[in-house]
Amino acid sequence: MANQGVNRGRRRFLVAATSVVGGAGVVAAVTPFLASLQPSARAQAAGAPVEVDISQIEPGQRISVEWRGQPIWVVRRTDEMLEGLSKITDRLRDPESEAEQQPEYAQNEHRSIDPEILVVIGICTHLGCSPSYRPEIGDPGMGADWQGGWLCGCHGSRFDMAGRVYRNMPAALNLEIPPHHYITDDLLLVGEHEDGGTV
Amino acid sequence: MASNPDEKIQGGLLGWVDARFPLSQMWNDHLAKYYAPKNFNFWYFFGSLALLVLVIQIVSGIFLTMFYKPDAELAFASVEYIMRDVEWGWLIRYMHSTGASMFFVVVYLHMFRALLYGSYKKPRELIWIFGVLIYLVLMAEAFAGYLLPWGQMSYWGAQVIVNLFQTIPYIGPDLVTWIRGDFLLSDATLNRFFALHVIALPLVLILLVVAHIIALHEVGSNNPDGVEIKKNKDENGIPKDGIPFHPYYSVKDLVGVGVFLIVFAAVMFFFPTGGGLFLKPDNMIPADPLVTPDLIPPVWYFTSMYSVLRSVPDPFLGVLAMGAAVVMLFFIPWLDRNPVLSMRYRSFAARFNLAVFVVAFVVLGWLGLQQATTEVSEMSLRFSTLYFAFFFLLWFLSKERSAGFSLIAFGVVVAIYTFYDVVRFDPSDASLIMWSWLLPTAHLFVTMVVPVFARGLGRDRAVPERVTS
Repeated sequence: MANQGVNRGRRRFLVAATSVVGGAGVVAAVTPFLASLQPSARAQAAGAPVEVDISQIEPGQRISVEWRGQPIWVVRRTDEMLEGLSKITDRLRDPESEAEQQPEYAQNEHRSIDPEILVVIGICTHLGCSPSYRPEIGDPGMGADWQGGWLCGCHGSRFDMAGRVYRNMPAALNLEIPPHHYITDDLLLVGEHEDGGTV
Repeated sequence: MASNPDEKIQGGLLGWVDARFPLSQMWNDHLAKYYAPKNFNFWYFFGSLALLVLVIQIVSGIFLTMFYKPDAELAFASVEYIMRDVEWGWLIRYMHSTGASMFFVVVYLHMFRALLYGSYKKPRELIWIFGVLIYLVLMAEAFAGYLLPWGQMSYWGAQVIVNLFQTIPYIGPDLVTWIRGDFLLSDATLNRFFALHVIALPLVLILLVVAHIIALHEVGSNNPDGVEIKKNKDENGIPKDGIPFHPYYSVKDLVGVGVFLIVFAAVMFFFPTGGGLFLKPDNMIPADPLVTPDLIPPVWYFTSMYSVLRSVPDPFLGVLAMGAAVVMLFFIPWLDRNPVLSMRYRSFAARFNLAVFVVAFVVLGWLGLQQATTEVSEMSLRFSTLYFAFFFLLWFLSKERSAGFSLIAFGVVVAIYTFYDVVRFDPSDASLIMWSWLLPTAHLFVTMVVPVFARGLGRDRAVPERVTS
């Protein structure tokens, strides 16, 4: 009997229609598997703001707290460190903090609300290592004109005392400033803007 | 009904099985009547050794899964438990960790063999493609496995690699969150990496290995002379220069297995950490998301690719360069259009190119273990250039080029990276940039310009009709 009386148009239509329906079924079947890999409801819930008491931080000292599993650094900068910020402007990639790596209230030279206190996410914007603190001005390992800051051990990115990245570094962005505000003069809340927003 | 004559000859259990499953046929097709060239040398050990290491990894891995706990709270302690309290647990774990490094040693040597004797050329392109896919899956497998002990190196190594995807424009950050299953590397990540490491990737790996071997046995093995043995067959249709894989090569490979196992055991018993290359001291510290170790070099088998990544200042371009360093391998069969397979009969320029490629790969590997200083970054860039120059030269040396074409091509290639040097020029590193510029330039000069004036150096030699020795 072979192909006698075969309606080729109908056969092609049926094959195509079956393939489309089957394809839709495959997409539907794959969706739950791929979606299951997204952060679970529990992971999404674990992101509450943290309070930090800054009264005990010595000038030049850096403390680390954890927020959403990330290290948050709080540094009380010395006057020399603050003066150093303007000395190296021409060597920075984004000295004016034009990229959106900070809330509006931290878009200034010292990248903070209180010029003395820096609050920054301690994660290199290159590939997520946590840079090491090199606060000493003129640190021999960093060069005589070093004004203090951070060095990422992974790929050598350098940041100044306001978390601004130097030029020609693997990292292209300044360190991110998390949403934060002061509850009292000595009590800082990391993870929330003054108006209660978190983004 | 007349009975099948074969069935009369082979009675008994084997005959019964053969009537239902092609056991004898498979045995013959792949071993007893698979004719391999008679001139295999040392380099041909590594295919069977790779198979051996795969078996070692699967067996030791199965036993490790019986004691390991894929939970961020318990993982580190469960590895300690295996090392200290489980009977012979230390041996099984060291076998697995040594096996991981040995897998890459064997696979890199196996790949070098293919480059040396042109085993990727027609008709073996698909064998090569399957092989590169195996290499890719092996890297993913090793990477996923490295996270499981949940030590500092595991954690931060994975952090760096996962964040590579963050550099992809637009979708990067969401993609990374999806890969991690959390906003940071966490228990969710560990759990899925465990699933990939023990089930998904090994299955893919085994399938690819089967495809690799089927493709090989379809077209037949290449050999150090690069001569096609199927062109010279005797009256029975058997290649004159071929010998049955079993018993000749099965026995030869057993000698290789013996020597390999001595080396393997020596590492496993006496140098299980490989001087910090196979197992890093920092990984004996439990993962801490708040403290990054000072130096996070990847395990040695990734450091060459890692150096390519570091040599490019822009994050996304760096990732693309690293990806290209692997993806370029897929194109080798079509870049190298030279009909001569084996380096034995290739020109000096072609051999020099391969030698420099090997040196570049090794030096990049060493650089990837170092702290990222200016010198290291600069050298990474130069040796990455040499690495990629290999692929260009494979194509360039496909045939003898005219003097004009050679000189123009040389000028264009040198101009490309010199232009980049001018753009990124930094007066404080002037002398470094200038002298290191000589590295790729000298290499291209030897392979592209010198043969113009000394034609003999660029000319391939006559390939014999039959295999030698």
